[in-house]
Parts: sequence; structure tokens; C-alpha cells
Amino acid sequence: MGFVKGLRCRECGRIYPARLLAGCEDCFGPLEVDYNYEGIKGVLSREVIASRPRSMWKYQELLPLDNPPVVGLSSGGTPLVRARRLGRALGLDNVYVKNDSVSSPTLSFKDRVTGVAINKAIEFKLEAVGCASTGNLANSVAANAAAAGIPSFILIPENLEQAKITTTAVFGSRLIAVRGNYDDVNRLCSQIADRHPWGFVNVNLRPYYAEGSKTFGFEIAEDLDWRAPAAIVVPMAGGSLISKLYKGLHELEQLGLLKAPLHTRLYGAQATGCNPITAAVKKGSAEIQPVKPNTIAKSLAIGNPADGYYAARLMVKSGGWGEDASDEEIVAGIHLLAETEGIFTETAGGVTIAVTKKLIAQGRLKRDELTVLAITGNGLKTLDAIPVARPEVIEPRLAAFEALIGGKSNVA
Amino acid sequence: MSLKVIIPTPLRRFTSGAELVELEPGTVREILDRLETRYPGFRASVCDESGSLKRFINIYVDGEDIRFLDNLGTPTKDGSEIAIVPAISGG
Repeated sequence: MGFVKGLRCRECGRIYPARLLAGCEDCFGPLEVDYNYEGIKGVLSREVIASRPRSMWKYQELLPLDNPPVVGLSSGGTPLVRARRLGRALGLDNVYVKNDSVSSPTLSFKDRVTGVAINKAIEFKLEAVGCASTGNLANSVAANAAAAGIPSFILIPENLEQAKITTTAVFGSRLIAVRGNYDDVNRLCSQIADRHPWGFVNVNLRPYYAEGSKTFGFEIAEDLDWRAPAAIVVPMAGGSLISKLYKGLHELEQLGLLKAPLHTRLYGAQATGCNPITAAVKKGSAEIQPVKPNTIAKSLAIGNPADGYYAARLMVKSGGWGEDASDEEIVAGIHLLAETEGIFTETAGGVTIAVTKKLIAQGRLKRDELTVLAITGNGLKTLDAIPVARPEVIEPRLAAFEALIGGKSNVA
Repeated sequence: MSLKVIIPTPLRRFTSGAELVELEPGTVREILDRLETRYPGFRASVCDESGSLKRFINIYVDGEDIRFLDNLGTPTKDGSEIAIVPAISGG
């Protein structure tokens, strides 16, 4: 391991050694991890990757750790499901679901980013870690920090779903609810990180953390026999995943690991109640005007997305687009995926499905093209979003059952 | 009459390490002018050539992002707290 050359500002190009750093000190631009790709090319081949156990760490040379990971070892390696029934319902003949709703250990794609961040925190010998979160990141930081034996401080918006509170608190984290929305929490978190010597995964560990999302792209390509799909639909909150999964595909191409050129169109999906990135794309701009979120898709409710500018540019440049869906459409999307593929996703996944429907109607996604839908979280965490289903109640008698279903005989 | 400006670590190289700077109230633009007068070079580090705020820096007046208010024309008052905060990711 150890192919990291340093950190490079995405805006001004200033180079930094690989240390704890939130952004460029000159222009505040985000920092990208810079790798020694020539060195990686010498050791990483399709055969080497295929020979390793199925997890995100099979691409370890392309992740910014200096040592082998010690927590989150089972993260990644989620199924790429050929979604035939969903495809029939949507009108797509060649559609796959990348199913991170079954991610280990906490059922969302955030396990990929915290896997990198918490192992990096261990390498930096940090005394505590923290994050601002809409829920999924909170779960994942809490779990991996617990496994690493590092105390964690987690800041969440006060109105977060109870399930996401329980599934964070159970790991023994110091959980702090902030009166305000996620953007208020994030601002506070940034100010705390500026004063306390802790590792905030989405602040001063951000350059490393964000790299974990590349593995979402690596796995899609490997499972498609080293080809990138024609189109990917990805939910967007801060706008990091869409950029990083593309970076992952681009790295595979750069290393000569793809069997066909990379021409993937990226489609970003947001909730209409929090759509600063898709609104920019529809306006023909990449400049983000922040919004006050109001949507059931709380995991995507970031009104001031730090990576929105890059996400908007990438969608347009790749030939893709940005679209958003109402709360009703999101719930319908959750049901459609569940009823056709047996996959229960959270509201963010409902956003992906609902936006996919719109993109098909707009003629942007084509029936025969290989399309991948990014399902990033699990429905058990957002039960509140689904209207309560009341079972039909009967007496414990066969006749009662058969009367109900309109079936068979005259037994008592 | 004064207000507090919270300076993030990367900008403290201009303020001799000061984390808090007290200034007279005014619009955010006027506050940046006063910071520039007191600490030459400060404005260029947060604004681009056209005078707009750089893309990856946010300014909050009493906890509200000035893009929801009147941007650099946002007024401040005695006792206001102005936070200059680099953009960060999350989820």
C-alpha cells in the first residue's frame, strides 16, 4: 500500500502533504488525493483484483491508506442486481441496481467513506472522531468508531428520524441534536473542527473520506466485466458520490483496466424539496443557490451542497442531466423497487427510482442501454416515510381465511 | 457599537492569529472593507476579482447564510456575530 503522493487543490492546484486538512488554505477549494498511478499500474491488474475477497478493499491501492485497514473490513462488495422486473415496469431492457442498502456494517453506502475515514483516523492517531450527519453517515461513523475503540461525537439535525437516532446511539456515540437543519449542523461542525483536535470525517478527514465512494464505481465496472455502463442514476445530497464514482471509473480507464472506453452519462437525482444541484443544471448553470430543505428524503436534505458545483458540471459534461422528484413520487419509487425486485430502500433510493422514471419519459434514458441505478440506503431506516400498512385481521379459523381470499370450501 | 467576526484558521495568517475580530456594524461588504483596511490582503482571500464571494467560502450573519439574505449587502447590527466558514461536505 501507500501510493498516495499528497493532496492537491481541485481549484488552484496547490499541493499539500497528506495530512489532516479540510480544504485548500489559499482558495478554500476541495482537496483531491493524488496517487502515483504509474506505481499502481505496475501492481494492479484485473487478475489481481479478481483474486481478492469481495469487499471495497480489493481496490486498496486506489484508496488513501498507508496501512491495511483494521475496521470496516466487510464493507463494499454489495450486489449488482440485474433488475428485470423493475426494468419491465420502467421500460428499460438492460437495467441494474447497485444495491448498497445491504452494505455492511450499517446498511448504506456511507460505510465506504467511513471505512476509509476511520482507518485514516487510526493512522493519524486521532483521539476522537465526529461528523455532521443526516443519519446514514452518523450510523456508519458510530459503528466503525466503536469497532476501532475511538470515541465519537455526532451532530445531527433535531428533526432526524427516530430510527437513525437509535441506530447511532446504540454504538455508544456522543449524539448531539442541533436546533436547525443539516446545513446549520454542518456549519457548527466546521467551527468545532476548527477549535478541537478531533477528526471530523466530513471536515478535516474529507479528502480521504470522499475517496471511499470511488469503490461504488469500481465495483459496478468489475461486475460488468470491466465495462462502464452507458448511464448511471445517482442520488445527490452534497454531490460527492456522483463525482467520486466517476473518478473511480476514470481511474480504471487511466490504469487500462476497462475493456471499452468510458462514455458513461451521469444523472443526478434530488428531491424537489431540496434540489439546489438539479435546479442549477436545469438553469444551465453550475452555480449553486442554496435552499431550505423540505422533503421526506432527509438523507438528501443538504441545502448547501459543498460538491454541488462539481456535480452539476459533471452531469452536463458527461451528457447526463439532473432531475428531481416530489415526496409522493419518492414513496411510489420505494414501493416500485420493493414490489418488483424485493429491495427495500430508504427515501434516497425512492428518489433514484422516481427520477429514473422521469428521465425515461424525457427520452434521456434509452430502453436498450446498460443503465445502473444507485440504491444507497436501506428502507428500515426511514419507515416513517411509508404510510403505515395495516394487516387484515381474521379469527384463527380456516373459514375466516378462505372467506377473506374468496377461496375454497365450506369448512368450519 | 461593535460586532464580532469569527475568523477560520486559514485566514488567521492575516489577523496575527486572532480568532475574533471586533468591528463597527455595517453591511457585510463594509465589514470586508474594514477587515481589508486593518489586514491588507484579507479581502482577496475571500473574494474573487469581481468582488463576489469565492465559491468555497460562506459567510453567516447571526447563523444565517448571507445568500438567503442580501448577499454582501446584508446589514449587520450591534452585537451581531459574523462567521466566515469554508464550505464542507457531508451526508
